[in-house]
Amino acid sequence: MKTTPPSAIIIGAGFTGCALAYDLAQRGFAVMVVERGELASGTSGRTHGLLHSGARYCVTDAEAAIECIQENIILRRIAKQCIEYNGGYFVALDDADLGYAPAFFQGVQNCGIPVDEISVKRALEAEPALNPKILTAFQVPDAAFDPLRLAMAFAASARQHGAKFNTFFDVVGFLRDGQGKICGVSAINRHSGKPVDFHADITVNATGAWAGKVAEFAGVTVPVRPTPGVMVAYEKRVTTRVINRLCEPDDGDILLPQRRMAVIGTTSFEVEEADYIPVYPDQVKQMHQRAALLVPELENIKMRGAYMSARPLIGGMMSGRSLSRTFKCYDHQTDEGINGLVTVTGGKATTCRAMAEKTADLVCQKLGWQRVCETAQYPLADYHLYYQANEAAA
Amino acid sequence: MTNQPWQVQIKIQRQRAGEKPYVQAFALEVDPDEYVLDAVERIWAFHDRTLTYRHACHHSTCGACGMRVNGREKLTCITTIRSVTQNGGTIRIDPLRNFPVVSDLVVDMGDFFLRMNKSDFNSVAPDNAARLPYEHPKKLETQTEGEPERLVDCIECGLCISACPAANTDKEYVGPAVLAAIHLMYTQNPSQKLINQADDHSGLWRCHSAYECTEVCPSGVDPAWRIMDMRKTVFKDRVKSIIKPRLPEKKDA
Ligand SMILES: Cc1cc2nc3c(=O)[nH]c(=O)nc-3n(C[C@H](O)[C@H](O)[C@H](O)COP(=O)(O)OP(=O)(O)OC[C@H]3O[C@@H](n4cnc5c(N)ncnc54)[C@H](O)[C@@H]3O)c2cc1C
Ligand code: SF4
Repeated sequence: MKTTPPSAIIIGAGFTGCALAYDLAQRGFAVMVVERGELASGTSGRTHGLLHSGARYCVTDAEAAIECIQENIILRRIAKQCIEYNGGYFVALDDADLGYAPAFFQGVQNCGIPVDEISVKRALEAEPALNPKILTAFQVPDAAFDPLRLAMAFAASARQHGAKFNTFFDVVGFLRDGQGKICGVSAINRHSGKPVDFHADITVNATGAWAGKVAEFAGVTVPVRPTPGVMVAYEKRVTTRVINRLCEPDDGDILLPQRRMAVIGTTSFEVEEADYIPVYPDQVKQMHQRAALLVPELENIKMRGAYMSARPLIGGMMSGRSLSRTFKCYDHQTDEGINGLVTVTGGKATTCRAMAEKTADLVCQKLGWQRVCETAQYPLADYHLYYQANEAAA
Repeated sequence: MTNQPWQVQIKIQRQRAGEKPYVQAFALEVDPDEYVLDAVERIWAFHDRTLTYRHACHHSTCGACGMRVNGREKLTCITTIRSVTQNGGTIRIDPLRNFPVVSDLVVDMGDFFLRMNKSDFNSVAPDNAARLPYEHPKKLETQTEGEPERLVDCIECGLCISACPAANTDKEYVGPAVLAAIHLMYTQNPSQKLINQADDHSGLWRCHSAYECTEVCPSGVDPAWRIMDMRKTVFKDRVKSIIKPRLPEKKDA
C-alpha cells in the first residue's frame, strides 16, 4: 500500500473536473487542475441549470433517473447555497401527453422519485401563468441551480483541501517517462503565453465534449460526439417552479425559472467541433413556440439571451468501462496499454458528484490508495472561498 | 434573428501578464442581434486563440462576462451588437476598471468575492426577500417550510464597481455591490455586525451618490438605492446610540 499521498492532474474545470478535484483532494491527493479558460467556461457554465429530480428520464432510462434522484437529494443538502429549490411540475397539454401519464406515474414511483398528482385547479392556483388548458399535473422535486457558483463551490471545497487551480492554462500535450507512462501534461499559460509542464502520478482527462481531442494528444481514442442544444432566456420569471411537459424527452420540454428569468430548453444535434457553436435562429424560434405552449404570456415577453452548449455524448463500441450507463470512465491502461491516464466523460451536472466519486474510486484502485469518498457528507465550502489563497502554481 | 449581416470592427484592449497594454482590431461579420460575447468568442475560436476573457453561463446568471463596451460597463452575454454599434461601425472592448487586469479582458475578482463573503452574502433567499423592498409593498415574512426561494439579483459581476467614480479614486472603498449585499442581508436578518460593516471607514460614507452603479447594474439590484437606504438605517442606529449608548461589548468587532 502507498503511504505518501499520490498526486493527480485534472484537465478541465467543468462540473466533472471541479467535483473530482474536491473528491481526490479530500482523499488526500495533491491535486492540480488545469483548465484552458475560466471555471465552467465549457459546457458546464452554459448548462440549462435544472437539478433533475430524475422524472424526465423515469420512463426512457430508469438507471439515469435513479442516479438523478439520489444526487438531487445529496446536492440539495451540500450545495444549498446555489440551488433554488421550489420543485417542478410535469403538465399534460394534449391527449398524447395524457396517454404518457400512466407510464410516467409508474416510472417515477419505480425510481423512488417522490411524486404528487395534483388537480389542475390547484396547479393553476400555484402557478397562475401556466397554460390554463393543462389536463393534468404532477409535482416532483426539481430545482434550479446557478452553474458557475456550483462549480465554484466544488472548487472552493477542493481548495480547502489543498487543490490548486490553474485556470487559463491550455493543455497541449502529455509528458511521458522513460517507460512511456504518462507522467503529466504540457500546457501554455494563456495569461503570459509561456509554456509550462506539470507532473503527477496520474492524469485525468475531464474535458467533457473535448475529451476526444485531448485524448488524441496521447494517441488514444475516446468516442465522444459533441451534441449541442440551445437555451433561450426571458426577461421575466413567469413561474415559481420548474415546468416540464409531460412527455418523453423532447425539444423545448423544460421551462426553468432562475433569478428573475425563465429559461426554455433544449434541442439536440451533433457537431464535429465544440469550440464555437452558433445559435441557430430557427432553433430559437422553435424554443419560443414551445415555451409559449407551457406559459402563454411568454409569447410577448422579451428574450434576454440565447445560448448553446455541447453535451459530451458517448458513441461507438468502445470498451470503456461503464461505471454507469450515463457516463464513462476510460482507463487507458486496460484499453490501450497507456499507463497514467484516465478519461471521464458523459453524465450530467446533477450527477457530477457521483461521477467524481466513481472516477476517484478507480484512480485510488489504480494507485493502491485506500481512502473512501466523503463528499456526500459535508456541505460544500462557500463558493466565494474559491478565491481564498488564490495562488497560481506556475 | 434573420438579418442581413453587418460588418463591424472590434477593437480589444490586449495585455499579456506583466506587459504593456495595446489595442488590436478585428474585422468581423456579425448578426446585429447576436451578443457581444458571441463575437468575442468567435474572435477567440477563429481569429486569435491567445485572446483571454471570462465567461460561463451566457444568459446573465453568473456575472463572469462583464467588460467595458465603448467605455460603458456591460454584461456582454446579453448586450446585442445592435445596441452598441451600427453596420460598418466599431466596438471598443476593454477590461473592467477598478480590478487588477490579469491579461486581456480577464480581471482578478478575488478581493471582491472575499469582500462579498465577509458581508455574509447569501446567493439564495426567500422570494419576498430577494426582491427590492420598494417593488413589493408586502412586509417581509420569515420563511416557512415550502415557501418559494430564489437566487438573489446580484450576480457579482463587478460592473457597478467598475463604473463607480468613488471606487476609482479610493482603493479602500468596498464599492456598491458589497454595500448592496450588506443591505440585502440586513433586510433579511438585521444585526449590529452588518450595521458596523456598512458604517466602517471603507463603507457607506465613501459613496459620492453618483448613481452610476444603478445605471450599469444588469440585474436590477439598484445598489445606489440600497446604499441610501442603508445610510438611513445606520443614521437611526447612531441616533439611538446617542440616546441610549451601546455597551461596548455589544459592538461587533
Ligand atoms: C444544452 C445542454 C443542457 C444541459 N442541461 C442540463 C441540466 O439542465 N441539468 C443537468 O444536470 N445537466 C445538464 N446538461 C449536462 C451538463 O451540462 C454536462 O453534462 C456537464 O456540464 C459536463 O461537465 P464537464 O465538466 O464534463 O464538461 P465541461 O463543462 O465542458 O468541462 C470541460 C472543460 O475542459 C476544458 N478543456 C477543453 N480542452 C482543454 C484543454 N486542451 N486544456 C485544458 N482544458 C481544456 C474546457 O474549457 C471545459 O471547461 C446539459 C447539457 C447541455 C449540452
Ligand atoms: S450590484 Fe449589480 S452591477 Fe454590482 S455586482 Fe451586483 S449585479 Fe453586478
